[in-house]
Amino acid sequence: MKVLVAVKRVVDYNVKIRVKPDQTGVELTNVKMAINPFDEIAVEEALRMKEAGRASEIVAVSLGSSACQETIRYAMALGTDRGILVQTDQELEPLAAAKLLKVVAERENPDLIILGKQAIDDDCNQTGQMLAALLNWPQGTFASKVELGDGEMQVTREIDGGLETVKLNLPAVVTTDLRLNEPRYAKLPNIMKAKKKPLDVIDAASTGVDLTPRLMTLKVIAPSQRKAGIRVGSVADLVEKLRNEAKVI
Amino acid sequence: MAILVIGEHDNSQLKPSTLSTVAAAAKLGGDIDLLVAGHSCAQAANDAAKVQGISRVLLVNDAHYEHGLAEELSLLVTGLAEGYTHVLAAATTFGKNFMPRVAARLDVAQISDVVSVESADTFVRPIYAGNAMATVQSKDPIKVVTVRSTAFDAVSAEGGNAKIETVPASETFGRSSFVGQELTVSERPELTSARVVISGGRGMGNGENFRLIEAVADKLNAAIGASRAAVDAGFVPNDYQVGQTGKIVAPELYVAVGISGAIQHLAGMKESKVIVAINKDEDAPIFQVADYGLVADLFTALPELAEAL
Repeated sequence: MKVLVAVKRVVDYNVKIRVKPDQTGVELTNVKMAINPFDEIAVEEALRMKEAGRASEIVAVSLGSSACQETIRYAMALGTDRGILVQTDQELEPLAAAKLLKVVAERENPDLIILGKQAIDDDCNQTGQMLAALLNWPQGTFASKVELGDGEMQVTREIDGGLETVKLNLPAVVTTDLRLNEPRYAKLPNIMKAKKKPLDVIDAASTGVDLTPRLMTLKVIAPSQRKAGIRVGSVADLVEKLRNEAKVI
Repeated sequence: MAILVIGEHDNSQLKPSTLSTVAAAAKLGGDIDLLVAGHSCAQAANDAAKVQGISRVLLVNDAHYEHGLAEELSLLVTGLAEGYTHVLAAATTFGKNFMPRVAARLDVAQISDVVSVESADTFVRPIYAGNAMATVQSKDPIKVVTVRSTAFDAVSAEGGNAKIETVPASETFGRSSFVGQELTVSERPELTSARVVISGGRGMGNGENFRLIEAVADKLNAAIGASRAAVDAGFVPNDYQVGQTGKIVAPELYVAVGISGAIQHLAGMKESKVIVAINKDEDAPIFQVADYGLVADLFTALPELAEAL
């Protein structure tokens, strides 16, 4: 079974982002970048399938500038077999990303595609679902548990009230939630080995996919800040304030 | 302007998230149709007909829609979407699951998690875990939008008198099926719609200690939440999680206990009206957003609080 994993290069989750003074976006110059944490969980899940003898090959795919090769190399250091970069300097919306991933899926014919449920930069939570729709495949989103069967799989999903389990015929798309697994760290010898693994670069322009953004960003601003309130000295003081000042209890 | 709102329901009841989504739709101006697709869902459709501001309720009653499977629902909604300028659903796990499929089939962008409607084609949505707010304009012929429920005051569930029209089911997808559900059973109000929320963090020490929070929640009729750290440590299930990767809440009163206040957590609760923080570390970042901060050991403060209420 072949598994495709999509990995996105995003601002590292530990970075406190800053909005640009001209309100055109978020400052990305000299900011530490990393693999999207949900995609790291996707890579880990694929690796576990391979270790369990269920997956034969894992291909990491990224979309974007040549810098995304770093993200693919990282996925290969974790253990994916090879990588594909669909290269473009155009900023990609989820619909365009899904269309490019569809092109890769049609070339590679995987049985399963795993993606993070959302990227922590645009927080869209769309690409996996869109890809599944474009391929006309079933989907298991926000997965917290995945069980492979014969030509099918069961996915336990994190939903608002608890958990839901669905059965999907393969091929299928799965998007990961936090509790699916705990990703491993890349070991130094593997980082060295990853440099020798094959990484194909496809020019996005050659795919014929229209990447033109559908949305225009008019402005990006910092959210309104809350001001720190007061310190209370005791529980009794707190209850008094909540009753008589804030009037919320 | 013609707007289609996709109702979230459990076949017997319309969920509160639908009322907030209708509120967002009302800001667009125009006729609002409310789709209730389910199985044996006449009661939910009756609820929908009473919602304020609805022109028509579209009722689709078919076993394929009983569990709201994204594959089936998206085929139905894509078919209905022609003729509408906007398709809206709540940015809950229900809406997040199927709406991008609708957008992809219509070959339009989806605008996720909007917190403000500026005009018929312009919306505000949080990015980077709410650390920036983007105003985006869509030129697509149909706007597919998911709505953050806590950002819009629910319309009234009573007073409307919409006509219910039965609509036939669409073609079926058939390659996915519902197996089962494990819903957290609780006597308490639902986390995202509760008037009061009390959350525990890593400082709780273990899951057993959450009974101290329960005692306070009982007095306040509050929902119980948790930080991601508390969930990761296995103290409580993931559906308790408040934060960017969990649930977004905006209650009248939010009480954070033993929570340091990571950006991740703040993103999920900073729109609350009044925030109380109880933490023994006086430098904890949570105090920077709290209206009332109490520097105290939670193991003595919580029992005292339960007693005083």
